[in-house]
Amino acid sequence: MRKNGVKMIKIKAKDVDVFYGKKQALYNIGLDIEENQVTALIGPSGCGKSTFLRCLNRMNDVIDICRVKGEILINDFNINDKSCDVVRLREKIGMVFQKPNPFPKTVYENISYGPTIHGMAQSKQEMDEIVETSLKKAALWEEVKDRLHEPGTGLSGGQQQRLCIARAISVRPEVILMDEPCSALDPIATAQIEELIDELKKEHTIIIVTHSMAQAARVSQNTGFFHLGHLIEHGSTDKIFKNPDNTKTQDYITGRFG
Amino acid sequence: MNKNKEQLLNKRYRAERRFRLYGQSAIFMALLFLTIFIFKIFSTGYSAFQKTWLIVPVNFDAEMMMIDQNPSKEDLQDADYYDIALKSMADLDQNANDDQKNQLKRMVSYFFEKEIKNEILNNPSLIGKTKEVYLTASDDLDQVFKGNYPRDLPEDQRRVSDYQLKIFDQLVAKGKVESKFNISFFTYADSREAELAGIASSFMGSIFSILVCLMIAFPVAVLAAIYLEEFAPKNRFTDFIEVNINNLAAVPSIVFGLLGLGVLLAIFHLPRSTPLVGGITLSLMTLPTIIIAARASLKAVPPSIREAALAMGASRMQTTMHHTVPLSMPGTLSGTIIGLAQALGETAPLILIGMVAFVNTIPGSPMDPAASLPVQIYIWAESAERGFVEKVSACIMVLLGFLIIMNLFAQIIRHKFEKKWS
Repeated sequence: MRKNGVKMIKIKAKDVDVFYGKKQALYNIGLDIEENQVTALIGPSGCGKSTFLRCLNRMNDVIDICRVKGEILINDFNINDKSCDVVRLREKIGMVFQKPNPFPKTVYENISYGPTIHGMAQSKQEMDEIVETSLKKAALWEEVKDRLHEPGTGLSGGQQQRLCIARAISVRPEVILMDEPCSALDPIATAQIEELIDELKKEHTIIIVTHSMAQAARVSQNTGFFHLGHLIEHGSTDKIFKNPDNTKTQDYITGRFG
Repeated sequence: MNKNKEQLLNKRYRAERRFRLYGQSAIFMALLFLTIFIFKIFSTGYSAFQKTWLIVPVNFDAEMMMIDQNPSKEDLQDADYYDIALKSMADLDQNANDDQKNQLKRMVSYFFEKEIKNEILNNPSLIGKTKEVYLTASDDLDQVFKGNYPRDLPEDQRRVSDYQLKIFDQLVAKGKVESKFNISFFTYADSREAELAGIASSFMGSIFSILVCLMIAFPVAVLAAIYLEEFAPKNRFTDFIEVNINNLAAVPSIVFGLLGLGVLLAIFHLPRSTPLVGGITLSLMTLPTIIIAARASLKAVPPSIREAALAMGASRMQTTMHHTVPLSMPGTLSGTIIGLAQALGETAPLILIGMVAFVNTIPGSPMDPAASLPVQIYIWAESAERGFVEKVSACIMVLLGFLIIMNLFAQIIRHKFEKKWS
């Protein structure tokens, strides 16, 4: 989104290096992410795009051998700083994973979990409202409103992924990270999710990792191309796809490797 | 298809058939052994669930009981029943001499006095009248009646005399010998007399031991497993702990018995022969089993669930307690039950901490001395009397039944919760 023609930067990554043990996975990544836009991260398998995404909500902390260096500023606050509280950070930065991973609980409990642990609802009615609006925003309400108290794992794959999106937006995050959210879904479910992403960007900043260049072209405004741990090129999706500066980008986009 | 290829294919099929045959014969062997074992136990043990009673007329003579005609409850409690009991037995043969009278007395258990007393306590109006009373037959006659006793042995090699057999046969002919379900096997504690021995003490001892074991081993093991799996850093030290937990699971049980003896009894002076000490000793043994089962089922919880919770902003503790642990519980519980079933069948450590002592009272708490079912089997198997042979098998049947129920329970827990969410 541009205010008075100036890009609003939500996330600013500076000189990010990531190591798995002795192996370096990301080199010197510098990337600005615009507010209320969809940024796609593309690149061949193992290029580090998911690793970078997981830096943004510090999910790499879970991996013992993983070390992250450099600055990642979100709202001008460095999340790699010691003073950053991971729980508060993840409340602001939601995440949707590659494989739908609803909790093995009811649809309702899946959505209400986040608001419950963050104390966002004072009463049952408020919680009901949060559940309803989250499901509506995820375009799932009509399909599950009669089965709110049935297991979320009983839904179809596409529904499960939208349930996970609804779960992510239930705590009103500023940023939503999506790690190949459609790779386990069929084309129809994929189309639904893509439509949803377009809708969600009005309220959230979205970063999506995808294998499908067509998907990146369809849903994103900005694109970053990763290769072997380096950010080769980033810019507006239009430019990357039509007129990339780097020959590697050109080769990847035209399908010559990857 | 050329000939070579066809030969090769046939060879592969033959190998497969051969392998299948090996597998089937292995299964057959296993089933055969199991069947023989079960058949042996049942054929020896089933008769222990029946008990032989002699029906003897008793004259409740007030004078002989040294009470008046209308006695109070206390009078009846304190009355002398020995004489009328003795007389009732002696009266089975009017012409018996003193030695024979003595033999007649030994045809029933030494509880005969008490059995007569119970009869009149239940029905005080019997005073002055004669009534036929059921008296427990001695274990040897019990075995004779069940057909387990070789009657054709020379008399000096038998514990039953010819005279006793003659009177017994007369009673049988008159229909005065009856076989009824052996309730006392379940309600009496152990006894030196086979006909009066029961499993109540060892059964309660086992239950108390298992409860103590569960209350100690389960929380400790589950907390250890959760910490190791979800919180502890993976380094040399935790690897070392893991290896040693596995080692602990392989330690022979008798070593734990020595530990119980040396530490619990010698240093802490806990009461000897009690389910408390037995349970603590067994819990040391069960601990690694539960830790291993709990860790395995924590590992089996998909990492995607943990990631989902963490990404929602749950703390590590919340992720563990809200998601991982509840999902791992079915596996942990069935592992726990299997660990307890192992503990239930354990004998050696209990012998070392003194639960092998002869206990003829039923324990009311884990602090009372008791035996346990497997130790009871051991005690009875050591006894010389023929009457204990069937008791050993019967006790094994009870123990096996107990174990089967526990394992079934473990299976049910596992299946029920697996179905629910997959």
